[in-house]
Amino acid sequence: MNRLLARFTVWRGIFAVLMLAAAYSTYLRVRYGLGGATNLNDQFPWGLWIGFDILCGVGLAAGGFTLVAVVHIFNVERYRPILRPAILTAFLGYLLVVLALLFDLGRPDRIWHPIVMWNPHSVMFEVAWCVTLYTTVLFLEFLPMVLERFGLHKPLGWLKLISVPLMIAGVILSTLHQSSLGTVYLIVPEKLYGLWYTPLLPVFFYISAITVGLAMTIFESWHSSRAFGRQLELPLLAGMARVLAVLLLVSLFVRFLDLLHRGALPLLLRNRTETWLFGLEVLLTAVPMALLFRAGVRRRAAALYACAVMVVFSFITNRLNVSVTGMEAGSGTHYIPKWTEIAVTLAIVAAGFAIFRVLAQHFPVFEAEQPAAERVEESVEEFALVGNRTRTGVD
Amino acid sequence: MSKGILYDSTLCVGCRLCEGACAERWRLPYNDKVAAEERLSAHKLTAIETHGERYSRRLCMHCVEPACASVCPVGALQKTSLGPVVYDASKCMGCRYCMLACPFQVPTYEWNQRLPKVRKCDMCYDRQRAGKPTACSEACPTGATICGEREALVAEARRRMAEKPDQYYPRIYGLREAGGTSVLYLSAVPFEQIGLRTRVPQEPLPALTWRVLHLVPDVVSVGSVLLGGIWWITNRRDEVARKEKA
Repeated sequence: MNRLLARFTVWRGIFAVLMLAAAYSTYLRVRYGLGGATNLNDQFPWGLWIGFDILCGVGLAAGGFTLVAVVHIFNVERYRPILRPAILTAFLGYLLVVLALLFDLGRPDRIWHPIVMWNPHSVMFEVAWCVTLYTTVLFLEFLPMVLERFGLHKPLGWLKLISVPLMIAGVILSTLHQSSLGTVYLIVPEKLYGLWYTPLLPVFFYISAITVGLAMTIFESWHSSRAFGRQLELPLLAGMARVLAVLLLVSLFVRFLDLLHRGALPLLLRNRTETWLFGLEVLLTAVPMALLFRAGVRRRAAALYACAVMVVFSFITNRLNVSVTGMEAGSGTHYIPKWTEIAVTLAIVAAGFAIFRVLAQHFPVFEAEQPAAERVEESVEEFALVGNRTRTGVD
Repeated sequence: MSKGILYDSTLCVGCRLCEGACAERWRLPYNDKVAAEERLSAHKLTAIETHGERYSRRLCMHCVEPACASVCPVGALQKTSLGPVVYDASKCMGCRYCMLACPFQVPTYEWNQRLPKVRKCDMCYDRQRAGKPTACSEACPTGATICGEREALVAEARRRMAEKPDQYYPRIYGLREAGGTSVLYLSAVPFEQIGLRTRVPQEPLPALTWRVLHLVPDVVSVGSVLLGGIWWITNRRDEVARKEKA
């Protein structure tokens, strides 16, 4: 008990320190501008806040649209129990991305400008619109959890009426902007290092968003099962892990095929930082892939979790390679984030965990959506059904 | 017809009068300290660089198809028909995508301002519209910087190279770079030796993103039909199963 309490307070302590550091960083950002709070300069205008908070943030929230597509559009009912946590993660994720954007924009007071000032030739314009619309969609997908909590059945019914077009819109908006974040870098052919610059960047960004979306679903299921003392939906996650393994294989294969076709394979023989970082990316993809192809690994919660973490790190490495390390040589400069940039980034991640925890405690996040009256009897039936399907579904 | 600038590095003596005239026109401070900073910044929109015995001048290249204008989400940057690429600070939200996208690393940012703007040369758009030459070309005592119609400047550059082939590296920088720029360079040595970026693609950059971006309407329409269809099939299957059970 004491040890548990100690662990609890340690985390709270770290959280408090992070928030204080971020508060001071925010003061520096507001008082002294981007120059006072970042190590960015004219040669290197985008750093950690874009590379991690935006690029990784949007990708890590991709579990939401992936699971909505699986459960509601492909109608794979058995994944329903992990749908809501994924939607909540995505909704929180996007809100935090917008928060991070307020730090990074030179004029955060003008964040609404793309809504009224149009340039359809700009990828950023398209991303801005997609993220705005998709955050709205996520809000509407999250809303039933709030309405159920307060027993508001009438608006729940209205939401149900528009739910199918809403979910289709969500999947399409996600497809567009997840890939467009890769398109953003198509404009810098001479700045982005050859291991990463490819006309296929949008395709790779899309595939890796789906992969990391699945990995994040496993990641958050594992964490919430520990935090809330819930049973881990292991058969479900194992089924998902198998899909993940295949997707990892496909993405690795396509990446190398692309290098081959562009004649960029010889770059791998150069002893440069970029080569090693690319290697790290490949390693963090290949190891979980090889492991997840083994049924024994998929059946063990800890191993499954470790694989998911590796996939998440390979994703983060990839996004930071594209946005930071791969851009350094071509920009003729070096960039190491200032402590304030790191503090804000970590605080945003920590805030994400904390808010998820609070919301999951107070709203029906871990329950499948049901009208209150039918909930008890049907949930028993559904539980049996899920159990049956999953037992046959794995191996 | 669109305006341009021809900078002939072989004629430049590094007097920096162009820098002073530019600073004056933008009402930016100019003194020995600023003059010694040999790079573009938010308070120095053109810069003379020393490369051994040679000089080179940096300023916005005013691309014929500018990457900065194509990437700007709010359309704060525009290519005018007159030639200059101009910036409307009242639209800019400070995403700095223009700075990332510029193959010449020209746009700079007011990093230490609380309400910052992007800064870059606008080829004296207001003066040119009034039929006057740019401040820098007016100030240049040696004719290293001249302005005029881009076509005429290309012809003039070719004439100089033909006249004194031994004095010039036989290419015009800006003729094809990034699909062509309104600012053109002549040099005695290969351009990388006077600090110009030579890995810049020879095609217009906006096409690289547009190639993907123009697919958006297709993704939306095909995607909706496809997903709607999949939804209908998968749910229909369940409905039928439920009916058969009952």
